[in-house]
Amino acid sequence: MKTATLKLDTLTCPSCMLKIEAAARSVPGVDDDTVHVSFANSKVKFRFDDARTDAQTVAKAIETVGYPVLGTSVA
Amino acid sequence: MQSFILRHKPQLTIIGGALIAAGLVARFALHSQPAYATAFIAASVIGVLPILIQAVQALRVRVLSIDVLVSIAVFGAFLIGSWDESAIVTFLFLVGGQIERYTLNQTRSAIGALTDMAPQSAAVRRADGTFETVPVDDVRVGDIVKVTTGDRIPVDGVVTSGTGLVNESAITGEPIPVDKSKGSSASAGTLLDDGMLTIRADTVGEDTTFGKIVELVENAQDSKSKEERFIDRFATYYTPAVLVIAVIVGLVTRRVDLAITMLVLGCPGALVIGVPVSNMAGIGNGARHGVLIKGSEVTHRLSSADTFVFDKTGTITVGMPQVTDVRRYDDSSTLAPDAAATSSAPAPDDATRYLVGVEAQSQHPLAKAIVRHFDDVPAPQVDEVSVVTGGGIRAVHDGHRILVGSPRFLETEGVELGSTARADAAELESHGDSLVAVALDGRIRLMFGVRDRLRPGIADGIRNLRRLGVRNVVVLSGDNQRAVDLMTAGLGLDRAVGGMLPDEKAAYISRLRDEGRRVVFVGDGINDSPSLALADVGIAMGNGTDVAIDTSDVVLADSDFSRLPHAYGLAKRTVRNMRENIAIAVGTVALLLSGLVLTSWLTMAVGMFVHEASVLAVILNGMRLLRYRVK
Repeated sequence: MKTATLKLDTLTCPSCMLKIEAAARSVPGVDDDTVHVSFANSKVKFRFDDARTDAQTVAKAIETVGYPVLGTSVA
Repeated sequence: MQSFILRHKPQLTIIGGALIAAGLVARFALHSQPAYATAFIAASVIGVLPILIQAVQALRVRVLSIDVLVSIAVFGAFLIGSWDESAIVTFLFLVGGQIERYTLNQTRSAIGALTDMAPQSAAVRRADGTFETVPVDDVRVGDIVKVTTGDRIPVDGVVTSGTGLVNESAITGEPIPVDKSKGSSASAGTLLDDGMLTIRADTVGEDTTFGKIVELVENAQDSKSKEERFIDRFATYYTPAVLVIAVIVGLVTRRVDLAITMLVLGCPGALVIGVPVSNMAGIGNGARHGVLIKGSEVTHRLSSADTFVFDKTGTITVGMPQVTDVRRYDDSSTLAPDAAATSSAPAPDDATRYLVGVEAQSQHPLAKAIVRHFDDVPAPQVDEVSVVTGGGIRAVHDGHRILVGSPRFLETEGVELGSTARADAAELESHGDSLVAVALDGRIRLMFGVRDRLRPGIADGIRNLRRLGVRNVVVLSGDNQRAVDLMTAGLGLDRAVGGMLPDEKAAYISRLRDEGRRVVFVGDGINDSPSLALADVGIAMGNGTDVAIDTSDVVLADSDFSRLPHAYGLAKRTVRNMRENIAIAVGTVALLLSGLVLTSWLTMAVGMFVHEASVLAVILNGMRLLRYRVK
């Protein structure tokens, strides 16, 4: 399991958070319980199984619901 | 295509606005109905595109967002031929969204100052000895990094070579640069003012102290109190409920215009964004002023506190005792120190030199005070040193017997104090001093009064706390009552209690809480974990260490006492700001509902305008917190 932090463009509405959370969870391999969207800092953080998926796949899923991902870091 | 439209939202908004203006001109100046209709239809289509895309994206992940409500409303308006309504609603929605984005960015910039200090890259040594610059996330524990003048240190670790002056204010709040050389510890986020260092990384990234501080502030800004979590839950059901109600209203009244107006009015805006904005701005203000508040819940508890309990040593005092008085007792057979300077004997008398040699080996705070006092006296290597528990130190050097300790310890070792020394001891003790006496070969030679100092600004700080609403101020200390009384005289405390062990302090706090007081405990974050944990709010003062961050609710980045009233005043102001925002939000809903029921002027466009205005109002109100300062 690895932890990824994606930096997003400024979030303006709390319903954005629901969309982003749902998008991240829809990717198989992402630990659903660990998905956390930070409204104040426009970040999303989650743990994932690096054998099944990677941060880029999740980033793409978030971008398809309309939120550009500005940066990715995996630890 | 989709992302193209979303990226160009500002341009689309401007085009929509221009088309609306053109449509108005066509209608009222040119009296051309077809031109007017064309312009407004075009404006509606252009305006709804980005909203529709977002709505579809939301529905795809099964989220009923505000975009969905607005999209349906615009379609409805379009179907019944209210093109003016659909055009204006989309335009207002887009404009509002962009102003909100801008103002929210301003609010977030409050902690930008902190995160900007985060190092971005590091020069890491490779196997061939060269240094390669990599993103800071790629640095691993054990790597050697090179830091040059003007760089932020990227890791927590130990200096392996080089020297430099490091500004550590990001961690300690202390503005004076610190010398670093081989073996010194270095912290991520601190700034190398001058020099060159290589550092071995012990912790990296979010595990560094700096990383923890940033994470603490970020989590705090997102944290929610019980009430906020309730509002969140409410909002989750609110949006679908609005959709259902609108459909029912439409079916019952057979009026599409009423149904779509309901949809727009139902947009949950100010209610869900108002409280998080206040919290974000309040915690951002704190971070900028060296006050790290761990979250919304803490803000609420701190704002309602009425009793402040302080630890004494290291909290209201500097925690670094200093020699305040020196008394010398010379044999008539030896030269006075002044005369000794002119002879061949070394300037500091033997007793002083031996004393420094003995004390240099002790970790006792009083010993350290004496070593600091005589920092220009070279310490001789004293070998035969033994510590007598609870009393003092016995040593032998150059065939001389040395005793260091309290006057009582000297007496039990068989030293005759004499009337002068006894009178001195009584006098120094009456000043609140701790005593250290020195005997050489069975005769008393030196006596020191050692005292801790109050931190500057204590009296002002306590006065400010009272002005802001604190009713009880108490100091607890392990020192004897007399020393506590002398130290705290003139501070205007309600109580100062001495002779307390750590668990007695904790018991005292429990008792205050049982009496119904809301208690804040302020300590140095190291020795007082039970008290910090037991109090309603634990504040660790004067150090940004990991321990303090873990055990307390509020961390003050340095020992500047004025941060405390700032923290308290800020918490009160933040809670008030949240209540104002809730009032604005609820007031708006009430206004719109009564407008819908009682008047006929409340159209979809007016509803959207009021909605966006209320969202902007709560953001701007929250932003006022960024400027808060204690007067």
